[in-house]
Amino acid sequence: MIATQNLTFAYATDKQFAFPDFSCADRETMLILGKSGKGKTTFLHLMALLLKPTGGKIQINNQEISQLSVSSAADFRAKNVGIIYQKPHFVHALSVIDNLLLSNYLAGKNQAKDKAQHLAESLGFAEHLSKKTTQLSQGEQQRVSIARALMNNPSVILADEPTSSLDDDNCMKVIDLLKKQTQEIGASLVVVTHDQRLKDVVEKRIAL
Amino acid sequence: MNLLKISTSNLKDKPLTSFLSILLMALGIAIISLLLLAGKQIEEKFTRNVAGIDMVIGAKGSPLQLILSSIYQIDAPTGNIPMEEATRLTRSPLVKSVIPLSMGDNYQGYRIVGTNPKYLEHFQAEFEQGKVFENAMEIVAGAKVAKNLGLKVGDSFASQHGYDQEGHAHDAKKFKVVGILKNTNSVLDQMMVTPLESVWAVHDEEHHEEEAGKGANALKLLEEDNNAGANMPVDEGKEITSMLVKFRNPAMGMMMARSINLNSTLQTATPAIEINRLFALMGFGIDALKLIALVIIIVSGLSVFVSLYNSLKERKYEMALMLSMGASRTRLFFLLLLEGLIISVLGFVIGIILSRLGLWIMSENIEQNFHYDFNVLSLLKEEFWLFLGALFIGLLAASIPSLGIYNINISKTLADE
Repeated sequence: MIATQNLTFAYATDKQFAFPDFSCADRETMLILGKSGKGKTTFLHLMALLLKPTGGKIQINNQEISQLSVSSAADFRAKNVGIIYQKPHFVHALSVIDNLLLSNYLAGKNQAKDKAQHLAESLGFAEHLSKKTTQLSQGEQQRVSIARALMNNPSVILADEPTSSLDDDNCMKVIDLLKKQTQEIGASLVVVTHDQRLKDVVEKRIAL
Repeated sequence: MNLLKISTSNLKDKPLTSFLSILLMALGIAIISLLLLAGKQIEEKFTRNVAGIDMVIGAKGSPLQLILSSIYQIDAPTGNIPMEEATRLTRSPLVKSVIPLSMGDNYQGYRIVGTNPKYLEHFQAEFEQGKVFENAMEIVAGAKVAKNLGLKVGDSFASQHGYDQEGHAHDAKKFKVVGILKNTNSVLDQMMVTPLESVWAVHDEEHHEEEAGKGANALKLLEEDNNAGANMPVDEGKEITSMLVKFRNPAMGMMMARSINLNSTLQTATPAIEINRLFALMGFGIDALKLIALVIIIVSGLSVFVSLYNSLKERKYEMALMLSMGASRTRLFFLLLLEGLIISVLGFVIGIILSRLGLWIMSENIEQNFHYDFNVLSLLKEEFWLFLGALFIGLLAASIPSLGIYNINISKTLADE
């Protein structure tokens, strides 16, 4: 689960953000809708501990994490948070399977080839495992980045505009897969987006 | 999955850039290592052959030429000198022993040198087959000669005049092989040795004189020559090419050398001095080449620097991604450093292989033309320092751009793209 209270952040004195409180239990999906410039990505980065809030609290699995030091934040993030970015980015020189195993390696966990294989099969890119990521289509790449976020069995999956660059078909496929996979590992799913298509498929949502 | 795999994948992902960096490093290493190897081997060969000879007496001319021709057998001799005069000049209590040399013929490009058995003793030569020559026209072949020409005891052949195979053949007198030497790792391996009388006989033949019968004379006299140089044989009108002299006391010998140079038609040359002069001359060229190689290695470092610098700009997002996935900055710093390290190590290994290949080709060439050979496989102590130098340059070149890792703003980089 993940929850925030009174979260604030400032890039500069004239660019301050205050975010609404929310909480998202395990196996739940939370949609955070907002237009550009409303601080969607900032909110997500705060939850992912990529930014340090100027005020407020964040709990993941009932652990207060907003005051963690840089290195323990990195460790906590690697083990408990899976992040899916707007555009799928990978380590260019590595193959698809190696990009998946990389998240095990960097989190200091055992490299689970079976898990990677299993995820690839359920997300439908098993035949591309040994290819370079650039050889895959945009939709396939997005599915690989979902698999990568799931590799360490995190408690929270954070997705930043995971569907905005996809067509309607792929959009629905990706969100379905995301929900299904997070439920399978019992994680909370938080999707930050301006994509109005997702309004109808997610039950809980807040607006920025 | 580990750092090594990521960095090798990165290198393989940009094959041309990596190839260029490795090639530059390898070239620099190869040139320096080749210079070290060749220099070392030449120096070793030169000092081993010169050991124990304090002075060479020969015809007037270039002292360096006299040394090269008499000791190393690689240059033409300065001319002939009367044996009688050379013997008289070396008849002194200062002289420990003398070895006369007479050159002028070859067989298949290998020099035939007239001398006495003391020349073989000088090199501590041992016999693989047969025994030392006793009479004129008997000949002992060095190990390399015998191997390359397939000579064995009992073979006979006619020599050719001069120092290459195109010389006029002395068909009338045939040499008979009586001994084959073991390898001595000296110039002796590349030559054939016969009594002085053979050389005289072969050439007197041209003047229709019958001298061969007298052959054993000089030898017999030499054997009685326990008083070292005092009783050299005196053959009226006989000529030799040069005389190798050992002194009892080299310092006193220098006085004698000076007096010979001043008061006779002969000249003396001191091997140590001439060889130092030669090395000093070659030194300029070697230093210049070393400098060029160093510049190539530095350019290789620059190439590593530029390629890492550029790729870090391209891979900024990748780095931020790995940081967000739990990698520490120090770990990523080492990842990039590893790329420089791999280039250095590969460059070094390839460079060493190239230098050995180069030396081998050089050695084949030199052996064909000069009958001088190199030993190819030894690894030098200096190459260990070269290795450390290569590592240092690779790491330095990689570390400067890699420090950029510490300036990446993860959130901003991930949000911007």
